[in-house]
Amino acid sequence: MTSDTALAGALRPDMQGQTARVSIRNLNFYYGETHALKNVSIDFPDRQTTAMIGPSGCGKSTLLRVLNRMYDLYPGQRAEGEVLIGGNNIIAPTQDLNRLRRRVGMVFQKPTPFPKSIYDNVLFGVRLHERLSKAEMDERVEWALTRAALWNEVKDRLHSSALGLSGGQQQRLCIARSIAVRPDVLLLDEPTSALDPISTLKIEELVDELKRDFCIVIVTHNMQQAGRCADQVAFFYLGELVEVGPSSQIFTAPRERKTQEYITGRFG
Amino acid sequence: MPNESKHIVSSFEADLKKLHDMIAAMGGLVERAVADAATALLTHDANLAANVIEHDAQINAEQHAVEQFAVRLLALRQPVADDLRQIIQALKVVTDLERVGDYAANIAKRSIVINQVASNFSLSSLGQMAALVQQNLKSSIDTVGEANPQKAIALWRADQAVDDLYNTIFRELITYMMEDARNITACTHLLFIAKNLERIGDHTTNIAELVYYAVTGENLPDFRPKGDTTAAYLPSNG
Repeated sequence: MTSDTALAGALRPDMQGQTARVSIRNLNFYYGETHALKNVSIDFPDRQTTAMIGPSGCGKSTLLRVLNRMYDLYPGQRAEGEVLIGGNNIIAPTQDLNRLRRRVGMVFQKPTPFPKSIYDNVLFGVRLHERLSKAEMDERVEWALTRAALWNEVKDRLHSSALGLSGGQQQRLCIARSIAVRPDVLLLDEPTSALDPISTLKIEELVDELKRDFCIVIVTHNMQQAGRCADQVAFFYLGELVEVGPSSQIFTAPRERKTQEYITGRFG
Repeated sequence: MPNESKHIVSSFEADLKKLHDMIAAMGGLVERAVADAATALLTHDANLAANVIEHDAQINAEQHAVEQFAVRLLALRQPVADDLRQIIQALKVVTDLERVGDYAANIAKRSIVINQVASNFSLSSLGQMAALVQQNLKSSIDTVGEANPQKAIALWRADQAVDDLYNTIFRELITYMMEDARNITACTHLLFIAKNLERIGDHTTNIAELVYYAVTGENLPDFRPKGDTTAAYLPSNG
């Protein structure tokens, strides 16, 4: 492959225009008796970043957990409604979870590198899903680390432990690991809350780069970050989607009073 | 969308109140300057006129103080939504007010000259225009504090009456000048004074537009009923 974009384009020839990569319709989610998401309908457009904001317990992290069916690991948790990715309702019981988790990558609040080499970290998911030659694996590692803006910093020590990297580097490694399986959707759950300001800006720059190829959904408690990173912003409160709109509109003239009160620091 | 609930950080709440108070104080100075300039003109009071001219520096200083404070809030609080719009409003309103102060000082300067070239024209139309402009200016400054979009729209439309008076005065003064060339000096100054009042009216509509934006997040339409037709005026027997 001659360039990263060519690679991503060739891998996913269906990506054209600003269509919805993920369409959620009338989604309800329950933790046992607790109704955590109430009739949520929202689209996450392809090649755009959507930020989800709202006070703790508003349902935004729950929504991320639905998108890769992480809730399946816990008894008593259930989702109803439709979450369409590429036309499939991924919350249907027939959905193949391994396949889903290859298509939906997730990066968590704290960096979660495995106690393995940088090289093996990047290929961890790839090896579960694909049979690649040594040359193809090398190529995939370089591609993912380059897209995650980490290649130049680690190319001479690919086989040393990932635990020796700084916090910011570890988080970019986790992003490289997520995109190495070439997902459709990248979920970022407060990816910079444990990072210093410079590492934070590097991740934000990376999000800007990656959205050319992926549909990105980011949960953040940092309003300025949502404003800087996101094309559209969704505000959740008590399990309901209160308002979704372009970030420039949400942060200058939100339509809903609740949104205004939250983003201007009047409650939360 | 006026917002009654308070910020969690009370010092930000206090900062925004201080910003409003600073605008109200500056607005008070500007209202006073326009009122005094009009009185100086109508009562031929050169001392009062000199006083207006002298106090213009204070208005400029108030503008700089508001600007500095607003920039500080932008940098330190990183406001969004209605908070952001209020601070942008403050920055722009004080620019309008500062211009109004300049026009008042200019009226005061010209009133001193008019006293020196004895004139016996009736100033009643100008007096009427000055009263109307003062009333609208006061309402516009009050509207900033009240955050009332309906009042802002009413004010925005009210400038039509000011324009109508300006057209009348314009014609009157041209007639005086055509009657006797010795009237030209006084009438030219009076014409500029009328124009200054008309411009003050325009700035009050700007303030109304800013209030509407700050409160609702929406802009008033670009088209405003404008009644100043003097640009196309040609005396029929000229």
